[in-house]
Amino acid sequence: MALRSETNDFSKTLGRVFAVYTGGFIAFVALVAILERIGVPGPILGYMFVFFTIGIYALIGILSRTMQVSEYYVAGRRVPAFYNGMATAADWMSAASFISMAGTLYALGYDGLAYILGWTGGYVLVAIAVAPYLRKFGAYTVPDFLYARYGGKLASIIGIVVLMSCSFTYVVAQIVGTGLIAQRFLGMDYTVAVYVGLVGILMCSMLGGMRAVTWTQVAQYIILVIAYCLPVVVLSAQKFGLPFPQLTYGWVLQEIAAREDGLVQQGLATAAQLGVNAAGDYGHSVPFVRSDMVNFFGLVLCLMVGTASLPHVLMRYFTTPSVREARMSVAWTLLFVFFLYFTAPSYAAFAKLEVYSNVIGHQVSTLATDPSVGWLFTWGKIGLVKICGVDAVSAKDVLDACAAIPNHTGVIRYADLRLDNDAIVIATPEIAGLPYVVAGLVAAGGLAAALSTADGLLLAIANALSHDIYYKMINANAPTARRLLVARLLLIVVAVAAAWTASFRPADIVNMVAWAFSLAAAGLFPALVLGIWWKRTTGIAAILGMSAGFGVTLLYLIASRYYPVWGVEVLGFSPFMDTVVPGTAAAVVAAAQKVAGFNAQAPEWQAFLAAVAKDPAAAFAVKQGLGLDQLIVAVKALPAPLRDAGLAAANASPAVHSNVGWFMFGSGIRNISAALFGLPAGFLVMVAVSFVTPAPSKELQAFIDEIRKPSGGVMMSERSG
Amino acid sequence: MANTDLEAVRWRKTRNLMLTCLTIWVLISFVVNFWASALNSIVIMGFPLGFYMAAQGALIVFVVMLFWFAATQNRIDDQHGASEDL
Repeated sequence: MALRSETNDFSKTLGRVFAVYTGGFIAFVALVAILERIGVPGPILGYMFVFFTIGIYALIGILSRTMQVSEYYVAGRRVPAFYNGMATAADWMSAASFISMAGTLYALGYDGLAYILGWTGGYVLVAIAVAPYLRKFGAYTVPDFLYARYGGKLASIIGIVVLMSCSFTYVVAQIVGTGLIAQRFLGMDYTVAVYVGLVGILMCSMLGGMRAVTWTQVAQYIILVIAYCLPVVVLSAQKFGLPFPQLTYGWVLQEIAAREDGLVQQGLATAAQLGVNAAGDYGHSVPFVRSDMVNFFGLVLCLMVGTASLPHVLMRYFTTPSVREARMSVAWTLLFVFFLYFTAPSYAAFAKLEVYSNVIGHQVSTLATDPSVGWLFTWGKIGLVKICGVDAVSAKDVLDACAAIPNHTGVIRYADLRLDNDAIVIATPEIAGLPYVVAGLVAAGGLAAALSTADGLLLAIANALSHDIYYKMINANAPTARRLLVARLLLIVVAVAAAWTASFRPADIVNMVAWAFSLAAAGLFPALVLGIWWKRTTGIAAILGMSAGFGVTLLYLIASRYYPVWGVEVLGFSPFMDTVVPGTAAAVVAAAQKVAGFNAQAPEWQAFLAAVAKDPAAAFAVKQGLGLDQLIVAVKALPAPLRDAGLAAANASPAVHSNVGWFMFGSGIRNISAALFGLPAGFLVMVAVSFVTPAPSKELQAFIDEIRKPSGGVMMSERSG
Repeated sequence: MANTDLEAVRWRKTRNLMLTCLTIWVLISFVVNFWASALNSIVIMGFPLGFYMAAQGALIVFVVMLFWFAATQNRIDDQHGASEDL
C-alpha cells in the first residue's frame, strides 16, 4: 500500500511540474508572438524556438542524471502509466509521422490510411500479447527476454541483429529529419544542423539514460501535439467556425469530391490522375485505387505487427511500476498517438481543398503576384513545390517551364503541380494566414518528434550493446560504474555514427525506415508471442524461426530494391506493372549504345532487338508476353561488353527498383510489406521445429507460468548498484 | 492444489480476453475496411463511412478497447489472486 500512495504523490508532483511546463511553453509562444509584432525578424524567432526547446530538453536531461543501473536502463521502474503513455507516444511518433504523413495522405487519399490504421492498431497487439508479459519478466532490453526464454547467447544475438538492422536506419532518418527541419525553417546549414541535433540528443540521453529520456519525451510530446494541431485547428475555425478539424473535414471531403468532378469536367485533371477504380469512381475518398487491396491490407498488417515488435517501443513498457500499469500505459499511449493520427487526415483534406480551389485552374501568369497562393513560392524556393516540372522559385521560371510544355493553355492543371510530402504540414500555417510564430512552433514540434524518437532508438541500440553484449557476454563481473561508463561510451559512438551517416543525406535511408517494420515483425514477433503464449516453443525452434523470418524478409527487401535481376533469375521475381519490362529494356538499349565500338548493325544486336521489340521502330515496345526473365536471357546472349553493360543497366534501372517481387492473391507484394512472406516463414519454422525438438524443461515451463502471472515481482535478478 | 486451479481458471479467462480483443482487432482492421467501397455510399456529416472507419472509427474502437482490456484484465488478476502486492 505504501508504494501505491508513494506513486500517487509522485504522479501529483509530476502533474504540477508538467502543468507549469506547459503553461511556461504557452507563455513563451505568446512572448515570441509579441516579439514578432514589434518587428523582430522571422529567423531570429525561429532560432529562439529551437534553442529554447532544445535547452529545456537538455536541462531535463542533466537534472535526470543518474549513477544507478536500474535508473539508467528502466528509469527505476517508477514511471506512472499516464506519463509513460505520453513518453511512448513521443518515442513512437517520428519526424516522418509529424512532417510527412499528412503529405502521404494528401498524395494517396484513402490508400494512405494504411499508415494511420497500421501505426495505431499495432498497439492492440502490444497490449494484449506482448508488453505486460515482458514487463513481468523484468527485462532491461528485448534481447534480454530472448536470452532467458530461448536458452542463451545465440537467440539473444539474433535478436540484437534484428534490433540493430531495424533501429539504426531509423535513427539515421530521425537525424536527417532534424537537419532538414532546421535547414528549411531557419536556413541553417544542413550539416551544422545535423550536429546540433546530435548534441541535443546526447544531452537528453547520455547522463540519465532511460530516466532522462522518459522525462524529455514527455516534454517533447506536449510540444509536438500542440504544434501539430494548432495550424489545422485555426484553419477549421476560420472556415467552419468550429475548432475541431477532425469533425469538420467531412464537409471538406464533400467539397473536394465536388471540386474533383469540376476539374475533370474542365479538363484540368483526368480521373486516372485522381485515382480511379474499376467501377469508375475516382478521387480522394475512393479506396484501393493507388494501391490494390492485397497491398493495402498487407501494409496494414506489417505496420501493426512491426509496431508490436519494435524494441524501442517495447522497452518503454519496462519502466512502469507494475504489470497493471504497463497495460494501462499502452492504452494511454494509443490515446496520445490517436490525437495526432486522427488529425493528420484533416491536414491532408484542408490542404487538398485549398489546392483544388485556389491553385489548380489558376492562370500561370498571375500566380506569382497573387498573395493568397504565395506559399507556393515560399516553399518552392527550398524545393518542396514544383510547378510544370521546376521548383517554384520565381514567376519567370514557372512561366517559362509551363510555356515549354506543348499545348499548355497557361492554366495550372492537376498534373502541373507537385507537392513534396513534407510540404503539407510545413505550408499549412501560411495557407491559414497565420503569423511566423506558428511556423516556428511547427518547426519546434517537428524537432521534438525527431529528437524524441532518436533518443529512444539510440537507447535501444546502445543498451543492447552495453547490457546484452558487454555485460552479459563479455564481462559479467563488471562493477556498476564500469557498466554505466561502457553504456555511455557506446551511446556516444552509436550517436556519432548515426549523425555521420546522416550528414551525407542518404536518400535511401528514409525509404528504408518503412522496412524496419517488416524486419522487426518477421524477426521478432513470432519469437516474442510464441515465447509467452505457447510453452512448447523450443530454443532451437526460436533461433531457426527468427533467422528464417528475418532472412526471408531481408532477402526480399534487398533483392527487390538493389538486385532485381538476380531476384528475377534466382528467386523467380516477376514485374508488378506493364511499364517495368519496357522501361528496363530502354535502359539496357541506352547503356549498350554507349559501349565503345557499339555497332547498331551487328547481327547480335539486331537479334537482340528482334527478341525484345515487337517493332524496332516503335522504340522499345515489348513483344507480347515477353517477361523480365526473357529480357534478361536476351541480354545475356549479347557479346561480353554489351552483355555486362546491359545487365548493369537492367539492375540499375529505376523502372524495376521495388517493382519486382513475388505475387500473393494475384497481386505483386511491394517490398514495404515484405513481412507478408517473412512472418509466416518465421511462425511456420518455429512451430514445426518445436514439434520435432524436445519440449522445454520443467524449469522453463515454470518460468513461463511466472511470466504469465502479474504477482510475484520481476523475475530477472539484477545486482543493484 | 487450489492455487493451481485458480491459476488455471485465471489463465483461461486471460486467454479468452486476449482472443476476444484479437477478434475485434481483426474485424475492425481488416473485415470492416474490406467493405470500404460499399460503406462509402453512406455519408455522415460529410464523411463517406468507409473513409471514416479507416481514418477515425477504427482508431476510436482501438483506444476504447485498450482501456477496457486493461481494466478487465486487471480485474481478472485481482479476482484470482494474481495481482501484484502493492
